[in-house]
Amino acid sequence: MAPNDDFETREAVLARIESWRRRPPKMSDETITMAHGAGGRASRSLIEAVIRPAFSNPALDGLNDAAVLDIADTADGRRLAVTTDAFVVTPRRFNGGAIGDLAVNGTINDLAAMGAEPLALTVSLVLEEGLPVQELREIVDDVARAAAAAGAAVVTGDTKVVERGAADGCYITTTGVGFVRPDSRLDAASVQPADALVLSGAIGDHGVAVMVARGDLAVAADVASDTAPLHELVSALLDAVPETRWLRDPTRGGVASACNELAADCGLGVELDERALPVNSTVAGACEMLGLDPLYIANEGKMLAVVPAEAAPEAVRAMQSCEAGTEACVVGSVTESHPGLVLVRTGFGGARIVDMLVGDPLPRIC
Amino acid sequence: MKYVDEFRDPEAARRLLDEIAAQASDQPARKFMEVCGGHTHAIYRHGLEALLPASIELIHGPGCPVCVIPMGRVDDAIAVAGIDSVTMCCFGDMLRVPGKDSNLLEAKARGADVRVVYSPLDALALAERLPDRQVVFLAVGFETTAPSTAVTLVQARRRDVANFSVFCNHVTIVPPLKAILDSPGLDLDGFLGPGHVSTVIGTRPYRFVAEHYGRPLVTAGFEPVDILQAVQMLLKQLAEGRCEIENQYRRVVSDDGNKRALQLLREAFVVRPHFEWRGLGFIAQSALAVAPEFSAWDAEERFAVPGVRVADPKACQCGEVLKGALRPWECKVFGTACTPETPIGTCMVSSEGACAAYYNYGRYSSRPRIAVHAR
Repeated sequence: MAPNDDFETREAVLARIESWRRRPPKMSDETITMAHGAGGRASRSLIEAVIRPAFSNPALDGLNDAAVLDIADTADGRRLAVTTDAFVVTPRRFNGGAIGDLAVNGTINDLAAMGAEPLALTVSLVLEEGLPVQELREIVDDVARAAAAAGAAVVTGDTKVVERGAADGCYITTTGVGFVRPDSRLDAASVQPADALVLSGAIGDHGVAVMVARGDLAVAADVASDTAPLHELVSALLDAVPETRWLRDPTRGGVASACNELAADCGLGVELDERALPVNSTVAGACEMLGLDPLYIANEGKMLAVVPAEAAPEAVRAMQSCEAGTEACVVGSVTESHPGLVLVRTGFGGARIVDMLVGDPLPRIC
Repeated sequence: MKYVDEFRDPEAARRLLDEIAAQASDQPARKFMEVCGGHTHAIYRHGLEALLPASIELIHGPGCPVCVIPMGRVDDAIAVAGIDSVTMCCFGDMLRVPGKDSNLLEAKARGADVRVVYSPLDALALAERLPDRQVVFLAVGFETTAPSTAVTLVQARRRDVANFSVFCNHVTIVPPLKAILDSPGLDLDGFLGPGHVSTVIGTRPYRFVAEHYGRPLVTAGFEPVDILQAVQMLLKQLAEGRCEIENQYRRVVSDDGNKRALQLLREAFVVRPHFEWRGLGFIAQSALAVAPEFSAWDAEERFAVPGVRVADPKACQCGEVLKGALRPWECKVFGTACTPETPIGTCMVSSEGACAAYYNYGRYSSRPRIAVHAR
């Protein structure tokens, strides 16, 4: 094959793949598998093909971390953000946190990612017959402590008990509401080429901490979950850089999946710098041994922000001024050159694609 | 991270790339096959392909253990997993490998007890914790993973764990290498020899590659600097008119291999007369079965395994890709009907498979290099 044909053939193949990737996701599976809960491509298919069509409306269809509602009769025109999240993590207690902290922080962070300050929470518990009351007390205490730390009261809730075997100990669903800051201009459509990607700290801590706590790996590593509320960090960021374009807390599917959602939503490309990505050395070591990529591992106390390039140093400083953001740094940029795709530049000047997660390396981590 | 950082040093890589470029400019275009899936993965993960001169092409070989499992064996595993008393343990990569109609992940969703383990010893420990279950370990892999399965069989016998067995699909590296070297129209100038396999078998078994087939082979490690150095060593051999078996991965691989591990393999396994390889067909004496002394722990003895041979799907060209005759993107279904999410062929499943590695990591970054090539 002549080199020129080779080039053209490959170009044609790439174009075919890209058009295939942009097709609306279809749900071809007949049963739910663990992959549908992993936050990657299968989750996206499930939501796009089964869930969203059933409920479709303007507030939902952006599929953001929280829905933003325009409430006509608030005097000052403030908008309300609403989000809900279920927590099924196993084990329920791990280095650095527990299901109760996660259930609050996860919801607070989904609100924060929409530029909303937490106002109130609801907590719904599904308990399995046989759960020790002492453990439930501890879980409830964790929820209360985390909610107080975030300045949000738990204002209503529900409790259900199911037969032994019908659930695994305790599942928690939390809903959070909060007002969006009036000066927030967060919108994927406002993202511009050359904007900077700022990450609030090291990635992969939560996923690896839960995996180690399960004890089903012959790996002992001193890694603590990063679970933390990020409303103050976001507040500091928006104070310093009100023109911040987009925020997401990279939980299931990790920074890789968050960047893919960004690329899809803004119609531009994302380029990450592998050398700039902060990864704690124990997490890096565990991932190396287990063949995992920290980019795909869940975080529970990190925020990914897109800011105008010239505001990046200010954004980094603002995050670093908060306890949850001391390791904040610029990790990449937005580009026109490969729309819809996420690329990571390796230390050698090579590059590789970072696609949506397929399959599930670590089930039930939140 | 010690033993990692120094082999990912961009400066060292740059120096090697300069040497490679200088050597390549004095030679005709070269095609080297990296036999091992771990190399394929590393090449794409670090974006090495785009950094090499356009005249050097890396061809991805058959050394991805998941990729060479034929569909019939997957169906057998699904059938065993479907038995009520059975808990099937496997490596995570195996869950999405397609059988004829289904895979283990779907079998799990339908109610089969399928669990992911990181070591066969974890499966044995599970058997001891669940005395009422029949725990089966789905063993796959080359000589790299076979010793750990052998240790597990020895431990099962020593601890008399009656509810544990191994469904053995271990394969060996030399027969497929021979099959590739014997295939008509072979168009390869040399090999990057497997790293992990060689820690077990050493470098001596590869001598025939140089002696009978006149192709140099350099056993290589898995970090970017390892791979680049091995490419440089191959070019140097060709430039000097040498054809030898060399060892770049000396920090881990010895010429004689790991004698204790080899002894364990001889103890726990026997060589099968023939075994089917995905895309490559039946290859004589290319796989291992549980030895008669351990037949009490052989899942093929314990359960009725259907053993039905299933032809590869017509659209799938994994065999051509595994032999290096087709590049992943030249396959008709690559990236459209066959993706990591809905793989038709096994090469698209494991992250070590040539197609998955290329699809996940490489399909974009290779463009600039080809553009240079086209001028």
